[in-house]
Amino acid sequence: MTWDDLLLHARAYVALASAALALGMLAGIPLGAASSHVRALRTPVLTLVNIGRVVPSLAMLTFMVPLFGLGFRPALAALALLAIPPIAINADLAFRGVPAAALDAAAGMGMTRTQRFARVEWPLAFPLLFTGVRTAATEVIASAVLAAFIGAGGLGEYVTTGLQADQPKWLWTGVAAIAVIALAVEFALAFTQRRLEKGR
Amino acid sequence: MTLDVQGGSFTVLLGPSGCGKSTLLRTVNALVKPQSGRVTIDGNDVAEADGTQLRRGIGYVIQAVGLFSHMTVGENIAVVPSLLHWDRARTAERVDELLELTGLPPDRYRDRYPRELSGGEQQRVGVARAIAAEPRVLLMDEPFGAVDAILRAGLQDEMLRIVRSLKTTVLFVTHDVDEALRLADRIVVMRQGRVEQYDTPLQILTKPATPFVAQLLGADDALRRLSLMCAGDAAAAGQSTAPETIAADASLRDALNRLLGGVTRLSVVRDGAPIGTLGLEEIRKALQ
Repeated sequence: MTWDDLLLHARAYVALASAALALGMLAGIPLGAASSHVRALRTPVLTLVNIGRVVPSLAMLTFMVPLFGLGFRPALAALALLAIPPIAINADLAFRGVPAAALDAAAGMGMTRTQRFARVEWPLAFPLLFTGVRTAATEVIASAVLAAFIGAGGLGEYVTTGLQADQPKWLWTGVAAIAVIALAVEFALAFTQRRLEKGR
Repeated sequence: MTLDVQGGSFTVLLGPSGCGKSTLLRTVNALVKPQSGRVTIDGNDVAEADGTQLRRGIGYVIQAVGLFSHMTVGENIAVVPSLLHWDRARTAERVDELLELTGLPPDRYRDRYPRELSGGEQQRVGVARAIAAEPRVLLMDEPFGAVDAILRAGLQDEMLRIVRSLKTTVLFVTHDVDEALRLADRIVVMRQGRVEQYDTPLQILTKPATPFVAQLLGADDALRRLSLMCAGDAAAAGQSTAPETIAADASLRDALNRLLGGVTRLSVVRDGAPIGTLGLEEIRKALQ
């Protein structure tokens, strides 16, 4: 166990978590936007998303193995699916929370549909939407440790190997590194959010 | 219904909730498309115009104000100018001019956010935003409905002064009779989607066309009628010895107030020159 080794695993870990979060946003934000704008979609989307939320992380990872085999891809798919619910639910709430008066005023002033979305709806929905992304980031980082069980590598390997070889030192190294990353990401996102919402 | 609104006039759509006055207002900027019939501005059918272009030329103020909470006051006011691609300097100049006009010192208000303002200040910004690009038509949907009564009169006076200086055609929706009488050149009394009467405030009050209009306006309310008549018109000609004076354009309601307060006769003056006298007798005559 060396520093180089730790950095290598940390990098793989962050890459996996970021990719999963990115995919989760790519799917979750449009889902939330759709369910908040189209009444008929709301119940099906939110039901589906809530089912996704109650599936345990480990189960989700295990489900992916028959579909994708072992390694990075099933872990990515499982973690992305875990990221979707908080993002989609918050996006739905965020868009529905945009004051109707602001949208009415925007339309009345002659904004096109696109301008209304880009200049009014998105910025007003953003704070709550971003909160969902923060929640998802924390969940993904915490759950990515399990990816090692299906051979996706990363810091989880310290935990699995530590458990198997009865080496508490390895185990704690992995856990500590993950905690540091989770805290760092949470601070970075909180800071970003404050910067973006300055004055409001 | 058919309504012909004079350019540059202040027309109030008055009626109980749900009578269709807001809907009528929203057909003018094509936010609501009529199932039948036409709305024209200067002879052009609004249904044929490009909706967004049309609306950039029509000011729109709503009761809930609808300021954008993520933008500063200045940015809110600059929305339509930016949609019209005004350059930065011209927009900035216009924003300050409008803040000045609406009684919000630019240096103190320009960079604040809407949530830091009181309800009255927010609606001032709402009005400033609506008239930023000098629209020829201004639509106002109960703009002072959420402002408390003490502030409302002040805001009404200011708004009246501003739109008069702009020579904008104003369509103003309200269910508040006193607000309508105070502001309107012409009032459209509406009920269940139909026009009951369309006339000047004084005509509507003194010659209500239907029992509904009479009841809604409280046409038998002498004080209301007096508030629409001015001292100059009611004054009896002749030299006056009364030391107390009242301006010719003051309302008879104000005159009555003075007379009941212990003054027996008032000299009516226009531009400093006496034109007649006024007592309780003349006020009684004016009401008949």
